[in-house]
This record gives sequence, structure tokens and C-alpha cells, in this order.
Amino acid sequence: MLSMSPIISVANLSKTYGSGFKALNGINLDIRRGEIFALLGPNGAGKTTLISIICGIANLSEGRVTVDGHDINRDYRAARSLIGLVPQELHTDSFETVWATVSFSRGLFGKPKNPAHIEKVLKDLSLWDKKDSKIITLSGGMKRRVMIAKALSHEPQILFLDEPTAGVDVELRKGMWEVVRALQVAGVTIILTTHYIEEAEEMADRIGVINKGEIILVEDKAGLMQKLGKKHLKLYLQSKVEAIPPALAAYNLELSGDGREITYNYDTKGDRTGITSLLSDLRNAGIRISDLDTTQSSLEDIFVSLVRAP
Amino acid sequence: MNWRAVQAIYLFEMARTWRTLLQSIVSPVVSTSLYFVVFGAAIGSRITEVDGVSYGTFIVPGLVMLSVLTQSIANASFGIYFPKFVGTIYELLSAPVSYFEIVLGYVGAAATKSIILGLIILATAALFVPLHIMHPWWMLTFLVLTAVTFSLFGFIIGIWADGFEKLQMIPMLVVTPLTFLGGSFYSVSMLPSGWRTITLLNPVVYLISGFRWSFYEIADVSVALSLGMTLGFLAVCMVMVWWIFRTGYRLKN
Repeated sequence: MLSMSPIISVANLSKTYGSGFKALNGINLDIRRGEIFALLGPNGAGKTTLISIICGIANLSEGRVTVDGHDINRDYRAARSLIGLVPQELHTDSFETVWATVSFSRGLFGKPKNPAHIEKVLKDLSLWDKKDSKIITLSGGMKRRVMIAKALSHEPQILFLDEPTAGVDVELRKGMWEVVRALQVAGVTIILTTHYIEEAEEMADRIGVINKGEIILVEDKAGLMQKLGKKHLKLYLQSKVEAIPPALAAYNLELSGDGREITYNYDTKGDRTGITSLLSDLRNAGIRISDLDTTQSSLEDIFVSLVRAP
Repeated sequence: MNWRAVQAIYLFEMARTWRTLLQSIVSPVVSTSLYFVVFGAAIGSRITEVDGVSYGTFIVPGLVMLSVLTQSIANASFGIYFPKFVGTIYELLSAPVSYFEIVLGYVGAAATKSIILGLIILATAALFVPLHIMHPWWMLTFLVLTAVTFSLFGFIIGIWADGFEKLQMIPMLVVTPLTFLGGSFYSVSMLPSGWRTITLLNPVVYLISGFRWSFYEIADVSVALSLGMTLGFLAVCMVMVWWIFRTGYRLKN
């Protein structure tokens, strides 16, 4: 049974660096048990700072964070035991073997030795044949997977993936997402940051957008797409028109440079999309249509419009 | 207590020692042997006795201390500086470990390594000069106390340093001069009285004096004072480490 209480709760969290720079400002965020949560935001928005505070790498300035009910400062042992962290930068020991470094992580988190678990993690991440290799001999993508293996070595309930697929080739990225999905099935809550928006679109249950240290939106992915998703109706004309007739001004149509395509933007959330009346008004204006198609805004378009908004 | 974490850190650090065996064990032994050849055989042949023991024998405790001090600082400072440098410190900070456990793992491993080294140097010395240890338990006590204290000191330097240059600066500019002027190669009583007073401000004098006393029962200062000063320095280092972790100094931004 999944409990309904959030597994991570961030309340009024602010972070001001010694330089006076305010990296986070009054963040409130609940992460639900078992979900995949994607945190999107431009560079410098505060994604990594937020993750660092929850994981214990940075101190918070104000506010409170609890992990499964445990305060991250007062009850740091219980809170941190539940978390596996894969940071953005490739931080690995060079001269250790893959097996040794992953086993070290398990020990650091206070878990008894369990070679069978380490073996499973390494096999899932296609690292098994590299288990005795020194990390310095591995490629960037393999090092990234070693860091994921370290984070999974102690069987965490929550996994933070900070830009996990940066510098990883397409095939490997797909494999990594399979691992993430399998983890979710096993009940692990996953919080990821990514700048590949199609990944968030494909993977996440919910999406949060952070900009300039503030959470500007948290939504179910489907709801977000629907709520903010604009559709575009493109009409291909039988013959060229010089300008949009004044009678159609209310539709805010866009005419292409060659005068053969008209684009109409509409909201999917509205009951009346205006398509029927547009078509009949076009007909009345004597404009004949040879073809039409519709496209929906991607998450990327939504994201760009959100962070650009003043 | 997360003993498994302490063990993991300790074994990780010891594995680094075995991996760099040549540099960690062999080179100090070689340099100590050179001291014996130069000071013991060449110069020592001109100095008959110091406080009733032959010069070659007299310098043994000082030489052991010289290596234990410098190696403790080098091991512990590098041990904690390196994760900071390559970034793997993130894992330590995000793990369910207390500051005490982190210190225990790193300082324990650094001290273990320098104690082993001290004993190896002692064994090497026994090949050159006749050795007799009058108070073996006190000898071990001083050895362990010094190794732990200076490993803690090295740990502090490793956290403070934000570049390899700073990592070398304190050992080279402060610790090495203090050790050479701390009576490794001479008895403080051989100095003119003005210098003797200044020398007594050097904490290393007390370490070497106490350590030498455990061998030959000859000392520049009383044993109780030696022990007290060593424990005092240990306490100072502990307070500094406590402060570092409490404030997150140079560890958490």
C-alpha cells in the first residue's frame, strides 16, 4: 500500500550563498511516493542547489525539508539512508575498481555486505564485465553508470538523478530509462533533472519548473500538456492570397510568406475551438483549402514560454 | 554508530596505502637510512656521546618522530583533500555518517599508516645502531598519541587547503622547521640559554623529548609535561575539527 503522505516535503526553503546570491527563494514542494518527478529549469535556476540541500551536501538558509517524515538536519541519518544521489558532474575515484567503489558506497550507507545485490545492480547497468576494471579506464558513459550503481548500492527508496543522461549516447540513454522504469515499478521514487525535455515528457509523472530560484509550476504531465498545450491548425490554400481578409481579423491568423499557408492557433482546453466557424468564414471569404493538419505544442515550447514570461 | 561506514572509509584509505606502497613506506625508510648514514655515521663519528648515549642511538627517537609527524600530516591531509579535489566528497556528505565517524575513518587510517611506518623505521634503525627501549608501553603511547594528533592536524590542513600548494605549505614551512628545531638531532641542553627558552615554545620539543625518554630515560623536559603538551595539542585539534564540521567550513557551501 502506498501511503498518501509525500515522501519528500520541502517547506519555505531558501538558500542564500555567502556572496549574498539568493539561489532559492521560498520553495514549497511535495514529492509523492513512487512517482517520477522531473525538475526542469534553465541553467542556474537552482535545480542542483535544491537537490544538494535535500541530500545534505549544502546547508539550507531558511525553511524545512523532511524525507519520509525525517527532518534532514535533526534526523539526518534516517533521511539520508533513504536517498541515493547521482550528481551532475562525473565524480569518481580513478584507481578503484568498479566493484570496490560500488561496495564502498554500500558500506558508507551502513548496509551489510550483499554481493548478490551489487551483482544485480552492475548487471542491470551493463557494467558486469567491467567490475574488475579501474574506473580511470572507463568511458564517460560507463563512469556515469558507475555513479548510478553507487547510488543504487544501498537500495535507496528515493533516487535523485541530476542530469543523468548528459554525455550518454542514445542507445545507452534508452537502457538507462529502462532501469529507471524498473526502479519505479519496484517502488522507488525518482526525482530527475534534465535538459532533454523529451525525456521528461516521456518519463515523468509530474513536472516542476524552477526559474530564478522559485518553483513557478508543478503539474501532472498530462494536465500540463493539456492546460498549456496550444494546437496549431495549418491550412494549405488552393491558390495564393495577398492578405488575410479583414472579415477574418478576429481569428489572428498567420499568413506564410508565399501566401499559400494560413496558421490558426487555438486552445485545446476551450469548449469552443472556433474551427467550425473559421472554416465557414473562410469559405464565405472565398478562400479554398486543399489540405490541413494540426500540431500540438511540445513540453519544450511550454517550458520556453514559461521561463521567458516576465 | 554507523560502524560499517567507519570500516568502509578506513579500508578504502588503507587500500590506497597498499596501492602506493613504494611511495608510502619505502621512500621514508630510504630517507631515514640516509639520515643515519649522514648524521649517525659521518657526523656522529665526531660526536662521542649525548647525555650518556652514543650519538647514533640518540637520534633514533627523533628520526622516528620526524617521519611519524610528517607522514601523519601528509596521509591525513591528502586523504581528505583528494575527495574534495576530484569531487567524490559529495558521497561522504550525502551518506548517513556523523562527523565523528568520518574523522574516525580518515584519521584512524592515516594514524595506522604512520604507526606502521614508525615501527618499520625503528626496525631499520636497529640495523644501524644498538637499540634498547626502557619503557616500551610509554614508547607506544607516545607513538600512537603523536600519530593520532598529527593525523588530526593533517585532516584540518586537508580541509582548509583549496589547492595542492596550500596542502604542501604548512608541512613545508611550519612542520618541517619545527621538527628539525625540535631536538631531533641534538639535546636542547646543548643550546645557549637564550635559544633554549625559545625552543621551549616549540611543541615538537615536548613530543620528541617524551618519546626519547621512553627509550633512554633522558629528556629535555619532564615526561609529565611532554604528555600534557601532547594531549593539549590533541585537544586543540579536536576542537578545530569539531568546529569545521559544525559550521561546514570548506565542506558545505
